[in-house]
Amino acid sequence: MSTQDGVTVDGTVAAQTTVDRTQRAAAPVAHGAGPSGPRDRADRRRREGHVTWGRALRRDWQLYSLLVLPLVFFLVFRYVPMLGNVIAFRRFRPGGSIFGEEWVGLHYVRMFINDPTFWNVFQNTLVLGVLSLVIIFPLPIVLALMLNELRSQRFKRIIQTISYLPHFMSIVIVAGLVFQLTAMRGTVNQVITAIGGDAIGFMQLPEWFRTIYISSEIWQTVGWGTILYLAALSTIDPQLYEAARIDGANRWRQTWHVTLPGIRPTMVVLLILNIGTFMAVGFEKILLLYNPLLYPTADVIATYLYRVGIGSSQFSYATAIGLFEALIGLTLVLSANAISRRVVGASLW
Amino acid sequence: MVTVDNVTRLDKKLSKPTVRAVKETRAYTAFRVVNATLLVLIAAITLYPFANLAAQAFSSESYINSGQVTIWPRGFNLTTFQLVMSDSMFWRNYQNTVYYTVVATLVAMVLTTTYAYAISKYRLKGRKVFIGIAVFTMFFNGGLIPNYVLVNELGLRNSVWAIALPNAISVFNLLVMKSFFENFSTELEEAAEIDGLSTYGKLWRIVLPLSKAVIATMILFYAVAFWNSWFAAFLYMDHRELYPVTVYLRNLIAGATSVDGAAGSAEATQIAANVKAVTMLLTVLPIVCLYPFIQRYFVSGVMLGSVKQ
Repeated sequence: MSTQDGVTVDGTVAAQTTVDRTQRAAAPVAHGAGPSGPRDRADRRRREGHVTWGRALRRDWQLYSLLVLPLVFFLVFRYVPMLGNVIAFRRFRPGGSIFGEEWVGLHYVRMFINDPTFWNVFQNTLVLGVLSLVIIFPLPIVLALMLNELRSQRFKRIIQTISYLPHFMSIVIVAGLVFQLTAMRGTVNQVITAIGGDAIGFMQLPEWFRTIYISSEIWQTVGWGTILYLAALSTIDPQLYEAARIDGANRWRQTWHVTLPGIRPTMVVLLILNIGTFMAVGFEKILLLYNPLLYPTADVIATYLYRVGIGSSQFSYATAIGLFEALIGLTLVLSANAISRRVVGASLW
Repeated sequence: MVTVDNVTRLDKKLSKPTVRAVKETRAYTAFRVVNATLLVLIAAITLYPFANLAAQAFSSESYINSGQVTIWPRGFNLTTFQLVMSDSMFWRNYQNTVYYTVVATLVAMVLTTTYAYAISKYRLKGRKVFIGIAVFTMFFNGGLIPNYVLVNELGLRNSVWAIALPNAISVFNLLVMKSFFENFSTELEEAAEIDGLSTYGKLWRIVLPLSKAVIATMILFYAVAFWNSWFAAFLYMDHRELYPVTVYLRNLIAGATSVDGAAGSAEATQIAANVKAVTMLLTVLPIVCLYPFIQRYFVSGVMLGSVKQ
């Protein structure tokens, strides 16, 4: 019986129940509330799923009271803005209701579908998203594998510490460093002129923006991105390597047949998360880096809706664009999750 | 575990094709040398922008302007430092950063800890719903404009609350704390219950004092995020005296680039470059100095969060 009631949830609960019961036997009238014989406790545990709200609230009112403030936060600052998206379909007047004044239906949706700038920024968003995914996503895996091959733990730690550092920099600092390095007299142009080229005005030329953006993303995120892979690598059973060696696998084949399958679940989960944030390409960074000269490649959905909404106070129009973007993001993460669950059997939930 | 059987088989295997084994180790040695060299190179590239920044901060304007500064200061001087440090607005904004970070981190910690503790209890009815309420916001959020309208409507503009409240709970941090509390020793809590402690008492007097490591990690996560943030202040603060130092820096950078773009006087450009470098250096300094000590907390926090989501 004592094993039966624990299995319902998991091992942790089973342990908890056992402890629970022994202590209760030692001090039978500890709780005040409710009957306390071992049998009654066990019965109660089994019926746990069917406790009425009234009883649950009476029993755990202190726990529920801890939930109140955070729930107010979620309601006001997360769910109210979600509902606030309704102004994509209602005309919003500054100073009026945050849910808008009157229905205009798909007016604003039609507006952005017929807006050529929108399709330009949509395309830029896709290009930057695809580039980030294709170029940046594999790099932490490669770096983690490289670090994993090091024998000196001290050397490994030093390299890791250095590679994590950019992650802690404010995006404003990163933007400042980008401007500094790409300036007419900056390091990059020093190198170009040293090998006989002409200095390039990087931050005025739209064709360079994607390269600069991706490079700065690599600099800031790849080192930090190795942490989860290194953790996964350390959990791979050494016996598997041994078995592979016995089968005559060299180092490279060991990596291919043991290491990579070992970190596959981590790769899949991170890939799903990356696909989910695919549309939300570094809005703040682009906002700091770009200028009107770079709009042809640098302007993305988020920066465009920022200018339309905050810049020219077209709140309803900007919200319609934002809602469109958010729905694409949600669809992407849900479908990536569903596909990976079916194909590789790993998923976020 | 290596069984005797395994070892003997391994020995046989290794001793038979000797030539091949030697060849392989040589290739592997070459790989290790290349690998280590590449890693050193990566580390050097990672550090280079900081070295360049420090060099520019101490260099004289003429050397920066002629493109001669790389990782060592040329024409060493401290005049730009004096210039930046005598700007009272810079210090004012620095103070704001400290103030905003402290208040926002405090609010965030209270909300995150209480929610994480409650949803870590399996017996809590509706637990899944409460977790769902939080997790859903990771994948779908209201977006820029509805948030902007809301903050203005609530009258939070030009106050610390415009920064602290809208970002009070990071769901990632919440899940890290939740999984930590889930693994917290139930014996201790049960014992405390028998001693007559309420839920509040257990949380305050038993659980929190024994969770110092995870709390320190969470404080660091939040504090660094708020310290580095600029966009909320940029959106909601109307007066220079209210800016955090990141917005001060942002305006400096934006101003400097427009001077650059408009092909203004060379003088203005390189003074801007110099001032920019010093201001950036002074802004990153606290983080870079603290970094070696806080780094491992971050790493353990990320790992904790990845255990269960």
